[in-house]
Amino acid sequence: MNAIPYFPGCSLKDSAKPFERSALFVMERLGLPLRELDRWNCCGTVFSLTEDDLMHHIASVRNLIRVQETGATELVTLCAMCYNTLARVARRLDREKEALAKINAFMDEEQDYKGGVKVEHLLGVLQRRIGWEALAEATSNPLDGLHVACYYGCTLLRPKDVSVDDSERPKVMEDAFEAVGASVVRFPFATECCGTYQVVDRPEISLERSARVLRSAARSGADVIATACPLCQHNLERASDILKRSGESPPLRIAYFTELLAAALGADPDALRNQPQPEATMHVTAKGGAEHG
Amino acid sequence: MSRAKSLPVENLRDRVEELSGEHVFACYQCGMCSAGCPLTEEMDRLPSQVVRDLQLDDPTLLESNAMWVCASCLACEVRCPKGVDLAKLMEALRQIVLRRALDNLSVDGMTREEIRRLPQIALVASLRKKTG
Repeated sequence: MNAIPYFPGCSLKDSAKPFERSALFVMERLGLPLRELDRWNCCGTVFSLTEDDLMHHIASVRNLIRVQETGATELVTLCAMCYNTLARVARRLDREKEALAKINAFMDEEQDYKGGVKVEHLLGVLQRRIGWEALAEATSNPLDGLHVACYYGCTLLRPKDVSVDDSERPKVMEDAFEAVGASVVRFPFATECCGTYQVVDRPEISLERSARVLRSAARSGADVIATACPLCQHNLERASDILKRSGESPPLRIAYFTELLAAALGADPDALRNQPQPEATMHVTAKGGAEHG
Repeated sequence: MSRAKSLPVENLRDRVEELSGEHVFACYQCGMCSAGCPLTEEMDRLPSQVVRDLQLDDPTLLESNAMWVCASCLACEVRCPKGVDLAKLMEALRQIVLRRALDNLSVDGMTREEIRRLPQIALVASLRKKTG
């Protein structure tokens, strides 16, 4: 059977387990399963933005070498931050042969990375390899009447050369939800930053931004906001808790986009929970018959 | 950061251009970056003012909090009409401080529960951006 090399990253094995399990379920159902890369390591999380800082690309390069070792030329990610970091490193080294040579010389315990691995996000795979018609055909439980606000955040869309769609007016996630029968709502903060890692030491910065995103989606009539990043998901959930405690409670659930697609493809609707728990998702996978160890 | 006051950097602009690969005089101060930045209200200088201060080679820029607030969301980068990657300028400013072993973040005061609650990518990203 066809399978695509897949890079989970750290958060999908811990805080974001529902993201991984729902995506594995979806791709199994669609007949193009994801095969976890052997011996993967952290991607580095953020792409180094200084010219001379090649050292911090090495974590990503090791993963690209793992792909090369299998003979494959593509790598699929779910986490938007992993996607951005791996894709930018791959593109930089395809472009800058001198930087590639330096990194290869430094990593003398590894085979040389030759370049050419294409890093993709699952949304791109759904669009180009599966297609919206096939996704619609595979839908057994259409999300009729569900109003979904698609939240992209930053790292799926910027910079432009790794964007999964138009950086300012993306619609790939909307297309996926329309294929499974949901109603998509447009909202102006779909591509706005959630406040990202500032939540670690300046949580007020992140949570204010995330609260704005939530309010905007709620006022646009959304029942649920769909995410593609464990950090966006975390910040939106925390902001939602604060809004609820303060009495301002937008009636809005927050879910990984794959959880909603999994529900449309026949997984247990518990996957739509606002605060997905690993137990609930194990139930989903067991019921859906797509158990992964 | 007050620590940065003891950080004399000669030719700050040259150093930032070298690290970032960007040309600060490409900027004509239209303000698009500041208009679209989601974090300006937390900054003591607007993103466009950071570029202006680089053009003027203002050494007090290292005292600004703007570079620590910038989260590299790249809203400015995709919208700049002159193709200036302001996120790279911000990263260069951070790196100039961090390469002198002056961290801007410590997780020592955080409880185990607080750390446990965060997704791994939040911790790793903040340590990558704010420590050397």
